[in-house]
Amino acid sequence: MIKKSLHWIFHLYYDGFTQMRMGKKLWAIMIIKVFILFVIVKWLFFPDILQEKFHTDTARSNYVLDHLTGENNASH
Amino acid sequence: MHHIDPSLIDWSRAQFALTALYHWIFVPLTLGLTFIVAIMETIYVKTGNAWWKKTTKFWMGLLAINFAIGLATGIIMEFEFGTNWSNYSWIVGDIFGAPLAIEGLMAFFMESTFFAVMFFGWDKVSKRTHLLSTWLVAIGSNLSALWILIANGWMQHPVGMHFNPDTARNEMTDFWAVVFNPNAYTKFLHTISSGYVLASLFVIAISSWYLLKKRDIQFAKRSIMVAASFGLMVSLFNLTTGDDAARQVAINQPMKLASMEGLYKGKKGAEIVAFGLLDPSKTLKDNKDPFLVKFAIPGGLSLLSYHSFDAYVPGIEDIVYGNKTHHIMSASEKMQQGKKAVDALKTYKEAKKAGNVQEAKAALNVFEANSKYMGYGYLASPEQTVPNVPLTFYAFHTMVGFGTWFIVLFIIILYLTMTNELHAHRWVLWAGVWSLPMGYIAQEAGWITAEVGRQPWAIQDMLPVGMATSNIASGSVMITFWMFAILFTALLIAEVKIMATQINIGPKEADHV
Repeated sequence: MIKKSLHWIFHLYYDGFTQMRMGKKLWAIMIIKVFILFVIVKWLFFPDILQEKFHTDTARSNYVLDHLTGENNASH
Repeated sequence: MHHIDPSLIDWSRAQFALTALYHWIFVPLTLGLTFIVAIMETIYVKTGNAWWKKTTKFWMGLLAINFAIGLATGIIMEFEFGTNWSNYSWIVGDIFGAPLAIEGLMAFFMESTFFAVMFFGWDKVSKRTHLLSTWLVAIGSNLSALWILIANGWMQHPVGMHFNPDTARNEMTDFWAVVFNPNAYTKFLHTISSGYVLASLFVIAISSWYLLKKRDIQFAKRSIMVAASFGLMVSLFNLTTGDDAARQVAINQPMKLASMEGLYKGKKGAEIVAFGLLDPSKTLKDNKDPFLVKFAIPGGLSLLSYHSFDAYVPGIEDIVYGNKTHHIMSASEKMQQGKKAVDALKTYKEAKKAGNVQEAKAALNVFEANSKYMGYGYLASPEQTVPNVPLTFYAFHTMVGFGTWFIVLFIIILYLTMTNELHAHRWVLWAGVWSLPMGYIAQEAGWITAEVGRQPWAIQDMLPVGMATSNIASGSVMITFWMFAILFTALLIAEVKIMATQINIGPKEADHV
């Protein structure tokens, strides 16, 4: 039963992809876009500031609390 | 606001606005076109007429293009939250976490799974199973929008949470209050129904073009009949949800409402401006008429906002400077409370660190008593609470004006289609074509109204945008702004080119997307 279902799912995608015309171009755009977004943009330009700067939630809390109480705003 | 580089705030806002506006080019069409395609396929399954299958497949192909190009454009906003708005992300974390996690699961399981069946399953599953998949894609994509809009609604009207002064985070105290936040669900209904209107305009525009070119005539007429019927129904629904959404704005964000209407001085029986040109030299308290020209309906704003012709609608100056007669607290008073809250938070933090339990407890009591207006404590002047009035006013009136035109257009097109005279009225067909860009402008204008009108707040009354930004160099935000501008423009060009090619090929070749 499971084997049959997996076989069906495989062929749903396989046949679908092989019969595509414009869809192939769309998949190419999607793959390039996702690569640009996740590998180049995210990795190079969009670090998660608080995750990278601090190792614990307590340290992150303290940093944001300092920010909210005006103690680390001078560096802006 | 203290010591914050204004250019950093401006570039961060500009980048988020750019990302959101581009993202919103793709989303509403997907939200609406999925339903139109589902309706067409339902007709096919009911009638067994192969023409409807072909019609469904053609529009499904254009849906695929829009979906593929728009896919993941919204994820950039998540990147921006972590980098440009890290303080904000931390402060709202618990509130955003649950809705966005549910959104992610729903989008992944419902959309992804049934999208495959919808596109690849025509000959693999029964007619009814395929139809079910198409409807589930429509429902799934709209439900995933629900969770995003719940998160946005919370920012406009924060409910069901409590700010924890130990962790600097808002913690959810009532999930259902967040879900049934009136600001959220009215926004959701208005937003998705606007997407249905846009999709109807999209189908009408392309079909009108076919009729103008005298090609694929039966296909175009059939598509127009579905789109105009659906469009009229949903645009009337959109009108009522817009009214509900505006009422929530009146209750929870009176400054936004006053800016949407260019209302500087509050009044009983306030008129609603149907059309107006603002005086660009107008400033607060100068006693000048805000309008150079206007056509207004007396009592309209009072009636729509508070269901009474005599209701008092506060103006911008009432909200900034207060109005004792109408019990409106001034921004200065709120700033005083806000500063008390900020000072108490600082005292609490220091007392806790020093182990002084009594002082910490006293400070916490002061903080809790004043935390409602904490955000005002970061403002430098009461006038900072005023958003960009001309931008809010014109964006709102563009949205409403275009929305009204769409209702008229749907009625005319539906009537002419039913009397089989549409092809003889070329001006109506051209109006159908040109209403599509107007639909996109109305979509963006709606978001500009919602987001510009609530400035300076990232979270209404709690956190101004300046305090929400990260401590990073404005130059790096500027670079990524231009990078996104190029990337999104390239995607938009790709979408338009691929769509134009597919539209030019027409429905005859729609079998293999």
